[in-house]
Amino acid sequence: MSRPVSRMEKRFPTKINMRRGKVDMTHGSGGRAMAQLIEELFVKHFDNELLAQGNDQALFDAPKGRMVMSVDGHVVSPLFFPGGDIGSLSVHGTINDVAMSGAVPLYLSAGFILEEGYPLADLEKIVISMAKAARDAGVPVVTGDTKVVERGKGDGVFITTTGIGVVPDGLDISGANVRAGDAILISGHIGDHGVAIMSSRENLAFETRIVSDSAALHGLVADMVAMVPEIHALRDPTRGGLASALNEIAYQAEVGMKLFEDNIPLRGEVDAACEFLGLDPLYVANEGKLVAFCPADKAEKLLTTMRAHPLGEHSAVIGEVMEDDMGFVTMETGFGGTRIVDWLAGEQLPRIC
Amino acid sequence: MKYVDEFRDKTIAKKLAKQIAEEADPARQYNLMEFCGGHTHAIFRYGVQDLMPDNVHFVHGPGCPVCVLPIPRIDNAIELAGQGAIICTYGDMMRVPASGKNSLIKAKAAGSDIRMIYSTQDALKIARGNPDREVVFFAIGFETTTPPTAVAIKVAAAEGLKNFTVFCNHVLTPAAIQHILQSPEVRELGQVHIDGFYGPSHVSSIIGSAPYDYFAEEFQKPVVIAGFEPLDVMQSTLMLIRQINEGRFEVENEYTRVVTPQGNEKAQDIVSEVFELRRSFEWRGLGEVPYSALKIKEEFSEYDAERRFTVSESKGKDVKGCECPAILRGVKKPTDCKLFGTVCTPDNPMGSCMVSSEGSCAAYWSYGRFRLDRAKEAAQ
Repeated sequence: MSRPVSRMEKRFPTKINMRRGKVDMTHGSGGRAMAQLIEELFVKHFDNELLAQGNDQALFDAPKGRMVMSVDGHVVSPLFFPGGDIGSLSVHGTINDVAMSGAVPLYLSAGFILEEGYPLADLEKIVISMAKAARDAGVPVVTGDTKVVERGKGDGVFITTTGIGVVPDGLDISGANVRAGDAILISGHIGDHGVAIMSSRENLAFETRIVSDSAALHGLVADMVAMVPEIHALRDPTRGGLASALNEIAYQAEVGMKLFEDNIPLRGEVDAACEFLGLDPLYVANEGKLVAFCPADKAEKLLTTMRAHPLGEHSAVIGEVMEDDMGFVTMETGFGGTRIVDWLAGEQLPRIC
Repeated sequence: MKYVDEFRDKTIAKKLAKQIAEEADPARQYNLMEFCGGHTHAIFRYGVQDLMPDNVHFVHGPGCPVCVLPIPRIDNAIELAGQGAIICTYGDMMRVPASGKNSLIKAKAAGSDIRMIYSTQDALKIARGNPDREVVFFAIGFETTTPPTAVAIKVAAAEGLKNFTVFCNHVLTPAAIQHILQSPEVRELGQVHIDGFYGPSHVSSIIGSAPYDYFAEEFQKPVVIAGFEPLDVMQSTLMLIRQINEGRFEVENEYTRVVTPQGNEKAQDIVSEVFELRRSFEWRGLGEVPYSALKIKEEFSEYDAERRFTVSESKGKDVKGCECPAILRGVKKPTDCKLFGTVCTPDNPMGSCMVSSEGSCAAYWSYGRFRLDRAKEAAQ
């Protein structure tokens, strides 16, 4: 990021005090203070050639083939939680949305809404974590935006990221492609993220070793589509959990599904936390899991491929797709009965008696 | 999960199912009312019905605390919030329909300060943190949630917390059961057949099993106090079937790992220190039920929101066509209601039974509505 030595006046005579400073309204004003924050915080940590172009947009060659684009706003509370923070989450979340088409994610953009008074030291922690997540994933943040809102008008930091990617030839992955007879697979334990977040909420704080599963899944997806290009659909079961993701697809593809509760991977600690919070783990958010649908005769191969990847070692076949014009997602319970697994209604609220 | 998974074991469930099928007399119908929403929830969530013979029927009772609270009380809470108080309440209460398509969650969105809390301690914390605001705890629930409210009032009194009050809506289980058994639908018209009761589990841990002796005797109906796990429900079903077959009507305790005949006397003492009986209280579905609820004693009157604030009298009524009242009495099933699943769903509840996962409409809709469709298909 070095510029040729010139006679240009030094833009910022002194550095921003990242240790003690706070976000103020000038950081979003469009003036020198904003330029300095961008340079000394965002450009410094995100550090890539496209961002270093220094324009309001990143310029790059368009790859050949079909492209996908996805946007995701992040407003998680608290901003720092076991296993991640809003920075890493905002990178993983959007990469995963892009990857669920089978695409190779290429670039990210990031829009920050900062609240006046937010400590710069915490903001820097978030940006460093975000930069690391992007670097580890090999998907750079190439353009961004910063806005500041008055104290009380935001909740510290909100981050919106957009991602683009290119879909390899020969893939046709969409919820609408799911067919009766498909096998349903999941890449690991459900509910880790939601429970990790809840365990760190101020009014709920309870001790658990559970950490968020927040992770970028494009590497796992790449292995999966390479081995089983016949995959019909992929979805990351985030808000609303596994139950909501499956209902979305059942509706989209006009099919029914049957799950087997005993096959759904669930950690004992998550199960226990959900039990005392009165939650159903099927509705608790994940940030590093995917659900895959493929023809039944490819399920074994897909399962083996998924288990061979570090982010899929606890993968399992959890159910099957069937014809059902009502579009019900049902489940054979661990107890031996059957029930519907419905969309999440309202918010999941703990039982009171 | 230790101490929990044992009560959800499929192998034991199958054995029990077999035993129930063997012992249930095919010439008989067994109509068993579970009073508690906790049982309703377990029955649907684990699909217990699927393990029962066709002649064993679950009749869902009124034991869902948010379901039985009549609309005027919710209107009152919304009005208090409108007067500037911070209203604290348990989550399920937020979406229960009030008058004029309002609810606490809608009032919150419109600007009232209504906060969802997890325990009475949270409400106290909010009161301590906002000394210049009135903080009202909208207290609801059966005997299980009453002791924590009593403790909160005692703590507030000990601390001299001046801005904390309780809007008390605590209700009593035995009075409600008695009311159902005395209702003309059960006694005279024979519209509702109840052959036995699953006694409450958490409630009984507080009040003990002794208070049920009277019903068993007076109404000649067997009562089995049952835990909330699915195996508890199955074991209790077997116990009820045996009593019915043998013509017995006793109070039996299946939930011995928690419930004793006398209950939790310490909790009972705290409750009786702070609360006394109301002469009468309106229940949604049951109407006015004598001596079925608690109010705050004179001694603690400064913590009683009903004494500190004035609210207008609400005449709020259930939405037209809503069968919640009949469903709460066990007279109708959720599927008998014209609103069920058409305009009334958990996302847009018109009646209280569609709100909480312990409400029979919500449980039926969220977990069991495929049965309706399958039954229709089978009929064709």
